[in-house]
Amino acid sequence: MKTGKAFWRTLDELADDPSFVERLHNEFPSQVEAITDPTTRRTFMKLMGASLALAGVTACTTQPAEDIVPYVRQPEDLVPGKPMFFATAMTLGGVATGLLVESHEGRPTKVEGNPQHPSSLGAADVFAQASILNLYDPDRVQTLTESGDVTSWPVFITTMKAAMAAQAPLNGAGIRVLTEAVSSPTLAAQISEFVGRFPEAKWHQWEPVGRNNARLGSKLAFGEFVDAQYSIEKADVILSLDADFLASGPGSLAHARQFASRRRVEEGHSMNRLYVAETMPTSTGSRADHRLPLKPSEIEGLARQIAAGVGVGSASAGSGEAAKWAAAVAKDLQAHRGTSLVIAGDAQPPAVHALAHAMNQALGNVGQTVTYTRTAEAEPVDQVTSLKDLVADMAAGKVDLLVILGGNPVYTSPADLEFSKALDKVQTRVYLTQFNDETAERCQWVIPEAHFLESWSDARGHDGTAAIVQPLIAPLYGGRSAHEVVAVFSDKPEQTGHDIVKSFWQAEKPAADFDAQWRRWLHDGIIPGTAFEPKTVTLAAAAVNTPAPAEGGAGIEIAFRPDPAVFDGRFANNGWLQELPKPITRIVWDNAVIASPATADKLKASNSPASRGGEHGTIESSVVEIKFNGRTVRGPIFGVPGHPDDCVTVHLGYGRTRAGHIGNGPGFNAYALRTADALWAGRGAQVTTTDDTFPLACTQYHHLMEGRGMVRAVSLEEFQKNPESVHEGFEAPARTITLYPDWKYEGYKWGMQIDVNACIGCNACVVACHAENNIAVVGKDQVLRGREMHWLRIDTYHSGNDPNRADETYFQPVPCMQCENAPCEVVCPVGATVHSHEGLNDMVYNRCVGTRYCSNNCPYKVRRFNYLLYSDWDTASYKLGRNPDVSVRSRGVMEKCTYCVQRITVAKIESEKENRRVRDGEIKTACQQTCPTDAIIFGDLNDPNSRVAKLQKEERTYALLAELNTRPRTQYMAAIRNVNPELSA
Amino acid sequence: MSQIFPRSANTISRVSIVGAVLLIGLLLGLVYELGASPWVTRQYVAREQPIQFSHERHVAGNGIDCRYCHTSVEQSRFAGIPPTKTCMNCHSQIFSNAPFLEPVRASFNSNKPLRWTRVHDLPDFVYFDHSIHVSKGVGCTTCHGQVDRMPLMWQNSTLQMAWCLDCHRNPERNVRPRSEVFSVSYQPPSSQHEVTVNGKTFTDQVEMGKALVAEYQIQKLTSCSTCHR
Repeated sequence: MKTGKAFWRTLDELADDPSFVERLHNEFPSQVEAITDPTTRRTFMKLMGASLALAGVTACTTQPAEDIVPYVRQPEDLVPGKPMFFATAMTLGGVATGLLVESHEGRPTKVEGNPQHPSSLGAADVFAQASILNLYDPDRVQTLTESGDVTSWPVFITTMKAAMAAQAPLNGAGIRVLTEAVSSPTLAAQISEFVGRFPEAKWHQWEPVGRNNARLGSKLAFGEFVDAQYSIEKADVILSLDADFLASGPGSLAHARQFASRRRVEEGHSMNRLYVAETMPTSTGSRADHRLPLKPSEIEGLARQIAAGVGVGSASAGSGEAAKWAAAVAKDLQAHRGTSLVIAGDAQPPAVHALAHAMNQALGNVGQTVTYTRTAEAEPVDQVTSLKDLVADMAAGKVDLLVILGGNPVYTSPADLEFSKALDKVQTRVYLTQFNDETAERCQWVIPEAHFLESWSDARGHDGTAAIVQPLIAPLYGGRSAHEVVAVFSDKPEQTGHDIVKSFWQAEKPAADFDAQWRRWLHDGIIPGTAFEPKTVTLAAAAVNTPAPAEGGAGIEIAFRPDPAVFDGRFANNGWLQELPKPITRIVWDNAVIASPATADKLKASNSPASRGGEHGTIESSVVEIKFNGRTVRGPIFGVPGHPDDCVTVHLGYGRTRAGHIGNGPGFNAYALRTADALWAGRGAQVTTTDDTFPLACTQYHHLMEGRGMVRAVSLEEFQKNPESVHEGFEAPARTITLYPDWKYEGYKWGMQIDVNACIGCNACVVACHAENNIAVVGKDQVLRGREMHWLRIDTYHSGNDPNRADETYFQPVPCMQCENAPCEVVCPVGATVHSHEGLNDMVYNRCVGTRYCSNNCPYKVRRFNYLLYSDWDTASYKLGRNPDVSVRSRGVMEKCTYCVQRITVAKIESEKENRRVRDGEIKTACQQTCPTDAIIFGDLNDPNSRVAKLQKEERTYALLAELNTRPRTQYMAAIRNVNPELSA
Repeated sequence: MSQIFPRSANTISRVSIVGAVLLIGLLLGLVYELGASPWVTRQYVAREQPIQFSHERHVAGNGIDCRYCHTSVEQSRFAGIPPTKTCMNCHSQIFSNAPFLEPVRASFNSNKPLRWTRVHDLPDFVYFDHSIHVSKGVGCTTCHGQVDRMPLMWQNSTLQMAWCLDCHRNPERNVRPRSEVFSVSYQPPSSQHEVTVNGKTFTDQVEMGKALVAEYQIQKLTSCSTCHR
């Protein structure tokens, strides 16, 4: 059945290759061999017989005796069995996201966003969600060592005192501190004080995925470092110049929330329009109403053309598609003066940032959709220069004592600086780190760093709002915070992190009842009144008169991007993130050389699925060699629709050698190509195909629905003309098709609504589901067999007939649909999956015998089977982090989304105790709670006033595969594109 | 040709067919009984504890309410095992030198918790919540038995799923007025014993149960996800 618009998920679907279809129909290819091979079959039968017999015997044994260990003195306010929530904050790139962390009897188990924090608004991103796994990582540095020998904190203090004393007569000329971007007011004050005591000592900062270009751009435009603060909800027309502002970078959670609020046509707002010109397809690009794929070098030219169109500077009108695009965008921006917005991406050169500032000024957006404030970073610097200076000093032997506070610079610094070689010339190297990583290998003093859930600190959100970082657990491995390490160098080694932070704020905001105020801050997770005031800035004329970059250059362009899963490499040892299908590419456990399918073809590289594996196809990718500025790396090539031609994108953060058990190995190290003058993009790369191939695990090829049940999307114009257009070509059978009477749901009737128009595919829900439901990580080998365990998968759909162009991209999250006529239930021979009185499709693990009939019969392919013992039952530290309200599944058991039934039960019990019904919004599923765009809504369909019941009556609502009469409880809302008629032709 | 089998073979074969069926039935019955027997369920088996703590002494003897020690029973799924501090509230004054309380004092002084043996141990895939049962009129003794007559604690019910479902299907057979939930001396209504609820007198448990089920809005929750997830 071909219905509506043609959408496809993979290039093979688009090509409609018959051999691919055949493989698709072969559902369990990895077992085929075992059944046809007589020896294996006999062994299999033997083993099955033996296990059956043993299963019978074991059922007669009694349970082993268990202990109950009560407190000696129970903490006040703690009710055993009830979780507590504490506000704290996590920093990434120096900027904080406010969080609420769930704690069970003192063990943090789940991270949520803090609704009061302006950088979170209740949402949390993948990194915050997964941070809990880093806390319990058994690979963390567990002891303080000097040159590999275990030593103690007092020894460290004494040694450092001596080193400092030696520096005193030199005015500290040999002292250097290297940090990541610091927004913590306390830490900045501490370092400034320490460095201030020695006139010659210096503080350097380096953040590999930093906002250096944005900072330099603001300096170029305004003569000072400022942060632009966007009010996305006020903008009718938004132009993004390679900015992934919805899904990465400071404030992205808030931006996504604001953006989505203008995409709900039901709520009466006029819909905004988003234009995106970008290189690597991103979440933001996929939400664009018009997206233009451009090579990195072309974006500045486009920016100049659009700028000229809105009256900023001058540029020669080009020709071709980009020129037409630029003219239409400029016209649209002009038509929305004061309600438009131009955002430049962090990877763009300073000139583009300056142009964006100038355009916003010319369009009258300043004070409306954009304001300027001082930076969230306490001491903004040009980090590239800062790092270069440090390396020069180290290489010259001028540095005697280097204190590195996190960041792993040996791995992340630009390759041409040769940081590690220079580092070896430093006499005393002190490194505070959570992992025994590449930098730890080259430092004598390695201090275990406390995780943010173990330490006191403070940090600023993107708008300047300060939050206190409070610990939820004592350091598992005696870790220290940066505050405590710097205190050693400030001759106050006795100070605890708590005292340092508290005394700083006592001086900053003195009050008679400071303690009460402090407790309020800790409770709320923000310090009120600390958001920055808007600043008046004046645009320098020079901003728009920068010389245009030289055109052309032979070879292929290369772009560097942070990885959407492991970021700059710091999350490489996190299994949840490694196994997270990256937005757009859906690759797990690896990075790849991303190119357009046409470019991949030109390089004669094949990345179609190999014959083994069928639906669960391995992608046997050709390995290519990239030569750039005299350095080479090799990696598998991967074609992505919507990527510009003659250009490759590589993601940072892989190819780690000392990340830990999980992070060592996967991918290739893109930092090896990254130089200080080409941090984000460069020209003249040579890409050659080698004879090698490499298997990539790409979940985009898993759980394909064979062209049925595609996502639905229409243009705003069509929708306004005829709201029914969403359902054109789809047909759902009437409810009267059955002879049986309808089941009456008398109490609650749970349902879920997922707004495809709001979903940005950021994956936060997938990781939240992982954390909430104790889902196991299976590893690359198992993913290659199609056995990943994510209860919630996000399908990426493209439209259009050209494999190189992704005209439109949509994300459709697919959890269990909780069908009213569930096909899985009728085939279970042991009643392990049955319908509840509230319409949930219950999965009873303890009854499941693993026939897999249910998953075979599920048209949505949302059931996951524990083929092996995937859950780690042995590692002690992981046990601490599990959700005690959800069973940890064993081998041979089917599992799937339960609508977070543990949360439903808790809410029902609380409401029952008060003799009332559960209120709308009282239950939030894990995926819903963390969603930055509010795309997932859960509630009671029996309550006509609930949000979900109202939404399910909207015109945009559609059910996936409704034609099968499964009557899914999870329904979707179609995507609406606000197309510019000038560009639609 | 003479008969191969004697006439008695008929009887023998009939007996052995019936016997085989009976034997199989007996074996199955035995396995079932074994599974439900205290040997497997640990019903009525008193457990050794690090301290000879007697509920009989504390509940019947001293009249201490259940909630003095099991503090979270009304708020949480877990009724709560008292911290050592709770023991010491009294035992720093009375029996403060008793040798059998030495482990309590040691725990309090060394800050090392006591390790009690769990008596009521549900499988890990069962999620039971004390607070909702208590608030719906299920008394402590309904499941735990006459704790005031247990010198050492034992499990009074099988804790098997059939036992749970018995009550989940027919709650009226077991509920009692909320005011009586923590009472150990409560007697269900019978022809010899009247129970008054809201001014109405009952002499039959089922009759009172039905009234309470309506008043407390008790649902017959038998969906799997009520307890398993």
